[in-house]
Amino acid sequence: MNDVSLYDVDNPAPVIEPPRKRTKKTPKSTRTNFELYGWLFMRLSGVVLVVLVLGHLLIQLVLDGGVSKIGFAFVAGRWASPFWQGWDLCMLWLAMLHGANGLRTVINDYAQRDTTRFWLKMLLYTATVFTVLLGTLVIFTFDPNIA
Amino acid sequence: MPAGTLYRGREGMWSWVAHRVTGVLIFFFLFVHVLDTALVRVSPEAYDDVVATYKTPIVNVLEYGLVAAILFHALNGLRVIAVDFWSKGPKYQKQMLWTVVGVWVVLMAGAFYPVLQHTLRTLFGS
Ligand code: HEM
Ligand code: HEM
Repeated sequence: MNDVSLYDVDNPAPVIEPPRKRTKKTPKSTRTNFELYGWLFMRLSGVVLVVLVLGHLLIQLVLDGGVSKIGFAFVAGRWASPFWQGWDLCMLWLAMLHGANGLRTVINDYAQRDTTRFWLKMLLYTATVFTVLLGTLVIFTFDPNIA
Repeated sequence: MPAGTLYRGREGMWSWVAHRVTGVLIFFFLFVHVLDTALVRVSPEAYDDVVATYKTPIVNVLEYGLVAAILFHALNGLRVIAVDFWSKGPKYQKQMLWTVVGVWVVLMAGAFYPVLQHTLRTLFGS
């Protein structure tokens, strides 16, 4: 096997640009790894939510008489403890962000017109920010002696 | 299989449909739920009034439905995670789905009395 090369040091082969190489002329890249992190977040938050949400349902609907016991006094008793305040705060943020990111996927899948998709997502983001802020405010400003 | 569609039918597709439907339902519930809980900042009476609707028989049955949706979404979500991260996950996805369904049935049977006890007691006496 002695294949003779057409090229050598004095006579180098022509350079071929890799077809997808980014050069000065290609538009600035807007690609990020956002979707990858979103995908990962759905799975990590999902694992944590299993404990938070199923624990919440167990306390609210199963233990101690089920839904019968719930009322202002019950909430006052629970939010007297920083542990349950923290539990509810984590559950609020994780469930809302997980659910909102899930709904973003659903909207992207079914809303075909650009403007429809844009406005549905704006509605989703507005509702999400509003709900997360309201829920956070309620936990931090809860007043058992409000009446 | 019809041409020109990505939908493959069978367990894989239907579990995905159910996961999507339950996820959307839970999100809408959570939105309303944070609003009703916010009434604790208005007055104890306003909060107790809205919680009273949670204790009516119809809404109590809806709560059992919510539990059904969340249990499925949670168990199937763990299955999806296993399919993605466990090397044998895709191979056993079907078995895992039937495990999910089995565990779901058992938990739903166990939740029946505790969740509906309020209605059962008010309708049929203690
Ligand atoms: C209880 C624990 C939960 C687990 C283990 C879980 C798990 C998951 C996973 C792994 C996905 C990604 C599915 C995929 O990429 O194909 C997902 C999607 C989703 N989840 Fe959850 N989740 C949980 C709770 C929730 C809650 C509380 C909500 C609502 C607030 C929710 C709403 C959604 C939505 C809307 C989607 C998108 C569905 C789709 O794209 O088809 N999930 N969930
Ligand atoms: C019908 C079933 C449910 C009942 C009866 C119920 C009841 C309650 C009650 C009494 C509170 C007041 C605080 C406390 O006691 O911890 C609360 C707060 C909360 N619940 Fe639920 N819950 C239910 C289902 C859910 C589900 C499925 C989720 C999540 C997807 C959830 C998420 C939350 C959050 C995030 C808070 C804090 C709200 C805030 O920050 O103002 N709950 N719930």
